[in-house]
Amino acid sequence: MAVVKLDSGYNIGIPPEACSFVRRSPPEPVKRPDMVQERDLPELSIVSTGGTIASRIDYRTGSVTSQSDAAAILGAIPELAKVGTFTTRSLYTILSENMTPGIWIELARAVYEEICRGVSGVIVTHGTDTMAYSAAALSFMIDTPVPIVFVGSQRSADRPSSDNAINAVCAAKVATGDLGEVVVVMHATTNDDFCSIHRGTRVRKMHSSRRDAFRSIGIPPLGSIQYPSLEVKLEAGALKRGHCTPALRDHLDDRCGLLTFYPGMPPDTIRVYDGYHGLVIAGTGLGHVSTLLIPELRKLIDSGTLVMMTTQCLRGRVCDRVYDTGRDLLDAGVIEGADMLPETALVKMMWVLGNESSRERAEALLQTNIKGECTGRSAHGL
Amino acid sequence: MDYKTAGLTAGIEIHQQLNTREKLFCRCPTTLREVSDHSGSFFRYLRATESEMGEIDRAAQEEMKHTRKFVYYTYDSTCLVENDEEPPAPLNPEALLICLSVGKIFGMTPVPQVHTMRKLVIDGSNTSGFQRTALVAMNGSLPGGGCIETICLEEEAAQRVKDEIFSLDRLGIPLIEITTAPCMHTPEEVQQVAEYIGMVLRSTGCVKRGIGTIRQDVNISIARGARVEIKGVQELELIAEVVRREVIRQKNLLSIGSELVKIGASVNSGDSRDVTILFSGTKSSVLKKANHIHALLLKGFAGIVGREIQAGRRLGSELSDYAKKCGVGGIFHTDELPAYGVTQEEVDAVRNAMEASPGDCVVLVAGSTEKQARCALSQVIARAGIALSGSPVPEETRKMIEGGSSAYMRPLPGAARMYPETDVVPVLIDIALWESIPLPELLKEKAARYAATYGIEPAYATQLVSSEKLPLFDRAIAEGIKPKLAAFTILSTVTELRRDGAEIGLVADCDYLGIWHAVEDGLAAKEAIPDLLRAAASGVCLDEALARLVPPVSVDKLHTIVREIIASRKDFVQQKGKAALGPLMGLVMAEVRGSVDGKIVSGILKKEIDAVLSRKVH
Repeated sequence: MAVVKLDSGYNIGIPPEACSFVRRSPPEPVKRPDMVQERDLPELSIVSTGGTIASRIDYRTGSVTSQSDAAAILGAIPELAKVGTFTTRSLYTILSENMTPGIWIELARAVYEEICRGVSGVIVTHGTDTMAYSAAALSFMIDTPVPIVFVGSQRSADRPSSDNAINAVCAAKVATGDLGEVVVVMHATTNDDFCSIHRGTRVRKMHSSRRDAFRSIGIPPLGSIQYPSLEVKLEAGALKRGHCTPALRDHLDDRCGLLTFYPGMPPDTIRVYDGYHGLVIAGTGLGHVSTLLIPELRKLIDSGTLVMMTTQCLRGRVCDRVYDTGRDLLDAGVIEGADMLPETALVKMMWVLGNESSRERAEALLQTNIKGECTGRSAHGL
Repeated sequence: MDYKTAGLTAGIEIHQQLNTREKLFCRCPTTLREVSDHSGSFFRYLRATESEMGEIDRAAQEEMKHTRKFVYYTYDSTCLVENDEEPPAPLNPEALLICLSVGKIFGMTPVPQVHTMRKLVIDGSNTSGFQRTALVAMNGSLPGGGCIETICLEEEAAQRVKDEIFSLDRLGIPLIEITTAPCMHTPEEVQQVAEYIGMVLRSTGCVKRGIGTIRQDVNISIARGARVEIKGVQELELIAEVVRREVIRQKNLLSIGSELVKIGASVNSGDSRDVTILFSGTKSSVLKKANHIHALLLKGFAGIVGREIQAGRRLGSELSDYAKKCGVGGIFHTDELPAYGVTQEEVDAVRNAMEASPGDCVVLVAGSTEKQARCALSQVIARAGIALSGSPVPEETRKMIEGGSSAYMRPLPGAARMYPETDVVPVLIDIALWESIPLPELLKEKAARYAATYGIEPAYATQLVSSEKLPLFDRAIAEGIKPKLAAFTILSTVTELRRDGAEIGLVADCDYLGIWHAVEDGLAAKEAIPDLLRAAASGVCLDEALARLVPPVSVDKLHTIVREIIASRKDFVQQKGKAALGPLMGLVMAEVRGSVDGKIVSGILKKEIDAVLSRKVH
């Protein structure tokens, strides 16, 4: 069907054969107000990758796609000008499900360059679906003395009720704050009242559509930022600005997989991962798969694949020493993934195998806390 | 008034809630709730967004002059879609079918593919900041030769509880919007067309009934005036009055415009200053609270700002409405001062400060912040400027206020407020489906049929087809109840009981049918119907009500009752003769409490009276 816009603003669909070519309208340049930047405010860099924080209608599919660049974000959210001065870098305009480890590497490099340039903080605009993966990836790849803040929106930017503006303004404020790590800043509640600051290796999207979908898992959020006062409160555990010098370790081994176990899973499912360098399993409860799978896992491990167990409960710690199945898994060579989120564990596996060639050291690294992704003690309950 | 000379052109938009099982874009019920039943609340800010063409709609911009925080009440019958926390479900096919059916009655053409749009409305009444709406059919005709331009299917907005608090139970109920062409030229004609369209809508049997379920917006312009849309006319009877008053308003604005030009009046933003200091000791509660008071000199406006332009409305009311968009409570102007606690001395001081001549008017705006006061001031300057411009009637969306006058809401929106609803897939209208939609019998025709077939008085029949209980009546007829019995109960008995304060709305249709069947089967007398309905309204189940109110009375028992009553009033009977029947009838009916039909009682009573009288003769 051809879409016709009537004078009233309504669209209707009519069969293409009912249309005839009249003329092609010249493209009308979209006018944007010039943003006045105050020089005394901290310099922030916006690296945009796409997602609903900057999306518009695509008449090809009739659905929303990421089309706006970072400049469009500034044009749409003038309140940002009160928080900092901005430079923008449009890296990608993709939906986050189309992200790849290769893109994480390019993103890490771009962000690292911005840090080296001396900006006070970096804001990464990102689709929310896989934001947590990218945040974890950058957490491992970059040692950062300044905030690297991931932000997005759950409700598209082209609606008056979008959470994009509040999230973006809060993210910008956090990027100017006394913080030195990779975080995600998104709505904390369904109200437009405050945003939470989540550690990049501990955050997960826990709802498909709500504004407050992002939650810290296993630890409390690192802090909060009120709207509209923009008052930032950081918890004691948050890493301070300047706690390290910038460093980039931008190798990832993308021959790693993530498998969610389910009752009745055929043992040959494991064979799909033949030739993989690493496999993270999201097992049941304390970290289990069915006994039938264990021989296949043993074969996989013996052939050189590192296998790490996490829990599909998301909350809590893997402990494969309680039941027989767990002990058999350990015996087969499976590594316990402590209280790591399965997705974070996958990204960590890619990073560890990308940077460490010794299997023993890689196993040790996987079980060592590097960027707050796992803890030795379970201080936080549900 | 000669409306032809005035050049009156009017059209209407009718918004009618549809009585579907589920809302338009979610699977919640279309039930309205008591505000006190709300299960939670949340708050949001809304901001104007650009259209797909990169413009910001002027109406939306006006609503955004000050940041507003909106609070929403949720219920156990609302979901994340109303909260704007979940994408909409597909367009409700039941609602679409009703729209198509109405379109067919008006002889319209359905659009080949229905596209849902987002109409930007950021007054808080939609959590998303837009109202979803879709054009369904075009080009219909009215019996008088008028034209229906479009039928749209829209979602109902949230109901304002008070101030910036909204209730989400109403948000998302399907609404049909019927827009006529500007084809009407007298106030009465507008009202008649509205009545006709209302009748057609009710003929579908699929629309909600009661106050607030239908709303009319009226579009009015006169020669040299401008198109003004007056929203929210709920009473049909007021439509003609709304049109009359708007014509008067536009004529008055036109004559004020010419007068201001003749006087050489002017509005200049330079003619304003901060006069907060002059009111440091004021007794005016409004000005005392304000941190910033600005005055604006309107040269040549003296006496005109206070002039009535419509019943209860002055030019000053228009200036005030514009200022209110900045969050201030209104304005003061020297045509109405001293008053409201502002003294003559203060007025003199302001006039002096503004170097006002006797022919000038001074307007005061008071804001809690400098920004707010300046915003209000610029709004007053803009509106006063329009008053003396070449087009002194601005194109506006207005809301009806009591009696049929209207107040400014926002500029007329443009096409820029429409944006495609990307979350809803377009719906193809299947031609086979369109062709298979049956045309309902119009209520007008139905009334004529009832009168002819059932022998119901024509006026009664008309009343019956407009009744909310029409489906009940049809069901009763189908179940073999006598039409007159059902009609009398629905139109007369129910009205009386309601007047007496019975909660008659609580009586279920099945109770009505049960009562009628009891009467038809001889288990209860017609006379017992009011008592039975009253019992049903107070929650008594039908069997219990029948047992309690209509105890079975055998023919023998009835004879005994009648004989006893006659025996105890022998003298009366002998004195009155056959005329004793009436008074005694009441006594017997009270005794049998509606268990026996009046006709039977009257037959037996008559026989027994005759017997007594004949004994006297012997």
